[in-house]
Amino acid sequence: MRHFETDPPPNEHRVVGQAVAHDSALLHVSGRAHYVDDRVEPANCLHAYPVLSTIAAGTLVSIDASQALALAGVVRLITAADIPGRHDIGPVFPGDPLLVETEIRYHGQPILLVIAQTYDLARRAAQLVKLEYQTAVPLLDIHQALQDQSFVRPPHRIARGDVDAALSLAAHRLSGQLHLGGQEHFYLEGQVALAIPQDDGAIHLHCSTQHPTEVQHLTAQVLAKPMHAVTVEMRRMGGGFGGKETQAAQWAVLAALAATLTGRAVKIRLARSDDFRITGKRHPFFNTYEVGFDAEGRVSAADIVVNGHCGHSPDLSDAIVDRAMFHADNAYFYDQVRIVGNRCLSNTASNTAFRGFGGPQGMIVAEALMDDIARALGKDPLAVRRANLYQPGRQTTPYGQQVTQFVVAEMIDRLAHDAQYDTRRAAITAFNRNSPIIKRGLALTPVKFGISFTAQHLNQAGALVHVYNDGSIHLNHGGTEMGQGLNTKVAQIVAQVFGVSLDRVAISATRTDKVPNTSPTAASAGTDLNGMAALDAATKIKDRLLDFVAERYHAARDDIEFGADRVTYPGGELSFAELANLAYLQRISLSANGFYATPKIHYDRELGTGRPFFYFSHGVALSEVEIDILTGESSVTQVDLLHDVGHSINPALDIGQIEGGFIQGMGWLTNEELRWNDQGALLSAGPATYKVPAIGDTPTRFSVQLYESANPEVTVFRSKAVGEPPFMLANSVWCALRDALASLTDYRYAPPLDPPATPEKILQAVTVARHWQKQNQQERRDD
Amino acid sequence: MIEFLLNQERVQLDGLAPNLSVLDWLRTQKGLAGTKEGCASGDCGACTVLLGSMDADGLRYRSVNACLLLLAQVQGQHLLTVEGLTESGDLTLDRLHPVQQAMVAYHGAQCGFCTPGFIMSLTGLYLNHRDYPGDSVVIHALGGNLCRCTGYRPILDAARSLFQAPPVELLTSPAAAAFFAAPLDPQPSLSAAGRTIYLPQDLASLLRLRAANPAARLVAGGTDLCLEFSQQLKPCPDLISVAQVAELKSCTTLDGALSIGAAVPYSEFQTTINALYPQAAELWTRLGSEQIRNAGTLGGSLGNASPIGDPAPLLLALSATVLCSSVEGERELPVADFFTAYRQTLLRPNEVIRAVHIPAHSAATKLVCYKISKRIEDDISAVLCVIAYELDDNQIVRVRTGFGGMAATPAPARRVEQALLGQDFSLATLQRAAEQLATDFQPLSDVRASSAYRLTVAQNLFERLWYQHQGDIEVRVAHAAL
Repeated sequence: MRHFETDPPPNEHRVVGQAVAHDSALLHVSGRAHYVDDRVEPANCLHAYPVLSTIAAGTLVSIDASQALALAGVVRLITAADIPGRHDIGPVFPGDPLLVETEIRYHGQPILLVIAQTYDLARRAAQLVKLEYQTAVPLLDIHQALQDQSFVRPPHRIARGDVDAALSLAAHRLSGQLHLGGQEHFYLEGQVALAIPQDDGAIHLHCSTQHPTEVQHLTAQVLAKPMHAVTVEMRRMGGGFGGKETQAAQWAVLAALAATLTGRAVKIRLARSDDFRITGKRHPFFNTYEVGFDAEGRVSAADIVVNGHCGHSPDLSDAIVDRAMFHADNAYFYDQVRIVGNRCLSNTASNTAFRGFGGPQGMIVAEALMDDIARALGKDPLAVRRANLYQPGRQTTPYGQQVTQFVVAEMIDRLAHDAQYDTRRAAITAFNRNSPIIKRGLALTPVKFGISFTAQHLNQAGALVHVYNDGSIHLNHGGTEMGQGLNTKVAQIVAQVFGVSLDRVAISATRTDKVPNTSPTAASAGTDLNGMAALDAATKIKDRLLDFVAERYHAARDDIEFGADRVTYPGGELSFAELANLAYLQRISLSANGFYATPKIHYDRELGTGRPFFYFSHGVALSEVEIDILTGESSVTQVDLLHDVGHSINPALDIGQIEGGFIQGMGWLTNEELRWNDQGALLSAGPATYKVPAIGDTPTRFSVQLYESANPEVTVFRSKAVGEPPFMLANSVWCALRDALASLTDYRYAPPLDPPATPEKILQAVTVARHWQKQNQQERRDD
Repeated sequence: MIEFLLNQERVQLDGLAPNLSVLDWLRTQKGLAGTKEGCASGDCGACTVLLGSMDADGLRYRSVNACLLLLAQVQGQHLLTVEGLTESGDLTLDRLHPVQQAMVAYHGAQCGFCTPGFIMSLTGLYLNHRDYPGDSVVIHALGGNLCRCTGYRPILDAARSLFQAPPVELLTSPAAAAFFAAPLDPQPSLSAAGRTIYLPQDLASLLRLRAANPAARLVAGGTDLCLEFSQQLKPCPDLISVAQVAELKSCTTLDGALSIGAAVPYSEFQTTINALYPQAAELWTRLGSEQIRNAGTLGGSLGNASPIGDPAPLLLALSATVLCSSVEGERELPVADFFTAYRQTLLRPNEVIRAVHIPAHSAATKLVCYKISKRIEDDISAVLCVIAYELDDNQIVRVRTGFGGMAATPAPARRVEQALLGQDFSLATLQRAAEQLATDFQPLSDVRASSAYRLTVAQNLFERLWYQHQGDIEVRVAHAAL
């Protein structure tokens, strides 16, 4: 047992659980919140811009920068030859050269850097650099990669029982496949970094990153300096979503390199179209499945292959494809099962973390096969989903982890009841019979998402808390703020410990010289990890204050209470500020660091078994859609969500994550379409052609409820992680679209619908469905 | 020299590049970093600012993208940025503008980067309405502001809450009143390094400048031209802005005919044209975003001759004409003849587009206007289809079409028209006519849609027309922006 209280506090003096506003809310709305590009530039600041490859594969033969260097105000070039230390900034495995040496691996790959006096000049000069290549044939097709076994990492396999035998014994069998599109993060603030050289050769970096420690580590290695010579400071990001977990590093390292070589501050900021071209995205996947099932639709055998389109290098693809494999079951028990994951190479940007981290690409397979089974048996898909849920006795995941909290069934029942699934199902079926052009669809899908980094060592965090002698509190932790409200939640936790109002706690920028060796803010684990570390630090100081009060006022520790900015003991009280000052005068340390490491987790990759996740987060979603079978246009008209966040630390922020995650997932599955040409150049390189959801796409009827239940595991105040799981609630939208399409076949067949379900894809699916129906009617007549 | 009011500060400037955008000027030269760069292409709204100008009804503010606005075009107007909404000094909730307070109260900001843009769009909405104008107006006003964090629900709730208290005056009102009371330089321009942007205020000056500078580029709203600078980094030519030419800024109706000045922003003639052609309303509400509609003009759209510009197909179907002016005189060209090839027109080097005339139509004219795009809001059409027709005892006696996205220029479908004319109005007739689309057009495949999709959808739209004609059948998905 840990020495501090993790259960929610009693109702009086609660700071935790309150729907307080984001700590930067006033700065956000007034335009005063500073992002990296908003900082006042240091004197003589230079600007760097990369020159990008215009081929997807080949070798660099020569660089002619004479025109660029002839422009007044262009300072110098930086090429791979200028790097003093390590050239490869691959975060886990090598494969990501900072700048091209000779081999070019994707269209848009940074080759060299132009340094100039202004941003515009650097960009224009970069355009004038002439590159000569020897081109090779790029690998762009995932089927080709599978055939060639061109993988960035070896395949991995999880299995239980004899799938082939179970398939052949099954009463019913079906198979299917899915091509899933990628997704551009489209953080509103693009990649940016500012490096300021220090007098002792050290570098101070301001950058927009989810992983300050990794930026520090890579910068030190590239510059051949110790880590203590690099400080990374990160106040806030204008959105991250995974896109700044590993791929913010390159810009920071390049800025640091340029600052070191010029002795001046250097800033890099990517123009949006280049940000689209250079940086990796959510992995497109090609997945196949074959299932055996009984007359009730219960799966007896599932044979699933998930193939991630990784791009040119491993980046985080090993873990991302693992997570896709870990979620190919979603909330369903597969008796005999085999799940294989391949990490396919392609000559494109290296795909990377994106909210859900492979989970969405795995989980959607489970939903696709539930729908397919339902259509094959002529059942309502919700009945098939219910029949397959994990339940006592059928509770072991394909990777051997026990599912021990069975709330999904109850959540489904509650949502189906509250949002009137059965009534609406009947109404929709009737509507579709009489509506020749517009068809409606409905789907209720669950989410069960594993919480923890699957790389075990990342499940740790640190925090630093100071109480000043005026009673104000300074808080620092290893997590980063990207809009999710992490800083607000952690401040609530610290304020709760000291029984003070939230405005007494100030959070400053995340800095590698305050809390070292931190993990990325990712895997939804920001509050779980950093909140616990801050709780540890604050509790240490509180322990000292308790001892002090107990001794000074001859009180028992248990009789001393902190609350409402005061400390009371039998026979007296004093303000928290008075206590802080008294403790200071008595030479009691009012500063502490805290630490946390997630317990219980382990995974044996050789065997494919273990407990990779500390616990699961759950949610259920009911979506209703309309499609136009003449144009393929669609609309999400009503959404009801019920989501499990354990005991919420801040319901407003949690609901914000749920709504935002859902809409982002809806974008992935509907309109966000990445297109490349046959030479590997990204065509949809900007928001003019890549369409993320706009305000009218938010469903007119959109209800979100929190499912209140304590996390059975010991987490901070029994809360649950919320960042990623709601993204996958949007699977209900895709399933509802297929439901609407299935109305064209009397619900006996749902045509394939490869996400994103753009109007064009929906119209194609309409054609397929009508063709199936025609053939089927023909066959029935022939019978 | 140019002059304008920035928040509460009167600004006089010269010696700046004519292609300098308001966004870059604010961020790099004025140190006002509240206005954010999200895309620099007018697609995200993070750089939204308000432009205040004096018209017959007084001071009116409209939202625009600072990345697509040349600094010189602010001449004589009030540029209001997020910094202008609150006094400097310590921030407290009660010192914020009501729009800002609402966004705090409803948790409308997460990462905060898009937030100043939303604040300015919402402020524009707040200033232009006394009461809550309804969800539809709010959605159209905010359709050009992208948020990647919230999913928009809290922002909509913030907007809904805005009109409950009595309206609050802008902090900048006294400064604005003083600014608009003072006279301005009658011949403003902005020059640097041998390049100039001219801002003629009357037609005679415009035509003289045009004749003297045939190589200069004309700029109206700038929503397309600015992309050449911010995206393609093209060098800056001399520019002549038509945006402030008085004769190009009026919109008149006479006996059902409509004349729209070439420099009137879309948002300013929307109400007038909707009154005449309510069936085409969707074309205007879905054209770009509110920020684009507040800047873009018919003159600019036709002058650019984009194959995907949305107004041209409607103008084709309505047999509109383009009035071109030069020092040599005026001529009127049918829109149907105006486009000669991809981004080419009949406009001569010394000419400017002065106005677009839409002739009166008989009350019997029926009109349908269908826009198909990947996203409903702020998206370029994959296909735009307009059909104007007249029935006499169920016989099609007149028909005109206009299509966008189907060819290198906006174009009528002549064989389709032939197949319809004189026939009975029936599903069979419409389907036969739709087949002719394949002879009229061989559309391109691009990032927005494939050739096959464009053709199939365009054909299917004739079926939509049939069902729509039946009256009681739903032919559109229910979407908040439709």
